[in-house]
Amino acid sequence: MTIMLSTRALVKSFTLHLRGGLKMPVLSGIDLDIRAGECVVLSGPSGAGKSTLMRSLYGNYRAESGSILVRHSGKMIDIASADPRAILAVRHETLGYVSQFLRVVPRVSALDVVAEVLLARGIDQDIARDRARNLLLKLNIPARLHGIPPATFSGGEQQRVNLARGFIAGHPILLLDEPTASLDAENRAVVIEMVREAKARGTAIVAICHDADVRDAIADRLFAMSPYQDAA
Amino acid sequence: MTEPTLLSGRGLNLNFGELSALANVDVDLWPGEILAIVGESGSGKTTLLNVLSGRTAPDSGMVWYRDPSGHLHDVHAMPAPSLRTLHRSDWGFVHQDPRQNLRMGVSAGGNVGERLMAQGVRHYGAIRSAALDWLAQVEIDENRIDDLPRTFSGGMLQRLQIARTLVTHPRLVFMDEPTGGLDVSVQARLLDLIRSLVTRLNIAVVLVTHDIAVARLLAHRIAVMQRGRIVETGLTDQVLDDPRHPYTQLLVSSVLNA
Repeated sequence: MTIMLSTRALVKSFTLHLRGGLKMPVLSGIDLDIRAGECVVLSGPSGAGKSTLMRSLYGNYRAESGSILVRHSGKMIDIASADPRAILAVRHETLGYVSQFLRVVPRVSALDVVAEVLLARGIDQDIARDRARNLLLKLNIPARLHGIPPATFSGGEQQRVNLARGFIAGHPILLLDEPTASLDAENRAVVIEMVREAKARGTAIVAICHDADVRDAIADRLFAMSPYQDAA
Repeated sequence: MTEPTLLSGRGLNLNFGELSALANVDVDLWPGEILAIVGESGSGKTTLLNVLSGRTAPDSGMVWYRDPSGHLHDVHAMPAPSLRTLHRSDWGFVHQDPRQNLRMGVSAGGNVGERLMAQGVRHYGAIRSAALDWLAQVEIDENRIDDLPRTFSGGMLQRLQIARTLVTHPRLVFMDEPTGGLDVSVQARLLDLIRSLVTRLNIAVVLVTHDIAVARLLAHRIAVMQRGRIVETGLTDQVLDDPRHPYTQLLVSSVLNA
């Protein structure tokens, strides 16, 4: 299958200037290929750099060296060197990201938090809201909550709103950071089903997932990571 | 990705005596983009806003604006009447203190309608209905249309200023601490209004703020200033989540999480 995302010799470290310039290496020489329709789960203990890798793939963290090629509108674009506006275009069209926590915007209802992703793509407001409503219902967010800003929602409800927001646009590549961490068994099953449907449509998925059952249900393969060690 | 910029500054320098207020600053803004300029008091953010908008001349450097027909204008070489026309039509300016922009002795509706009249709209009914429409968009009750701004609260004044600025559908708006000095609850409402109006009307914004949460909510890109220099720039979430410059790291780590 087509390679959708590919990293080569990806290096990322953090320099903490407030700690006397302490340098914390996290990723060294990551080579990772993700194909259309497959789900790769990043595995490894806490501190192995799974979230750092995922944030780097999204362009949220800036790679130090190496490349992150993403198939966008038929071309490979290097997220590691692209200018900010090119990265925004890639995120808009191609690369979706479901973070662990919803960033709540005051006064925006759950329905519109989800629908605005479609509105930004020029989709008619009624259609966008209809699709948002259906997806929220599928994720067991009852209709009476749709008009309320999610600030007052429980952790699990916020996570499901975040999932709806991440899945609604059908991005060809999805990054999922602990998508089921605060969900009960019933809702975990819904998410597993959504991931399977997305894969069947050809979506390439990178996930971080500590829940072994969910991981076994969605992963086509694991990408093992271990905490950075200085060469002895 | 080579769409032309709407506004560009190159090599901007400005000294106030010994103090370097702007030191070799370059800025680009594209149509529909929101750029936040952040930094502490005295870092040169407001000076930069004033230089970009033609209100203060730099010692050296240039600012270019591209008009709707694609012509470039050297903002600091324009005749004063042309610059005033630009400020009344294509551009808008939202001040921290709305009293700087509003006419306190003129009714709320008059404040909104005045900018339309300055553009040559003469039909009273059209002006009044546009004023009503804009008061509604900024969530001011239409019964207040004939009231004087001095009877308004701080948050309402700020919303009235935004209505007055946006009624002419500017392509570019300069904002100087638009939520500064307001209660937190009033800030949230105003931010949401700015966010939805600016997105819907596809307005480009240069936003000066010392509040990183405001920048995160509104801006596509961010430029961090310290002592007259832009020390770091990039996508808003990159700069705030993975700050590289020591000053940006200090700025981000100093924010309290609510």
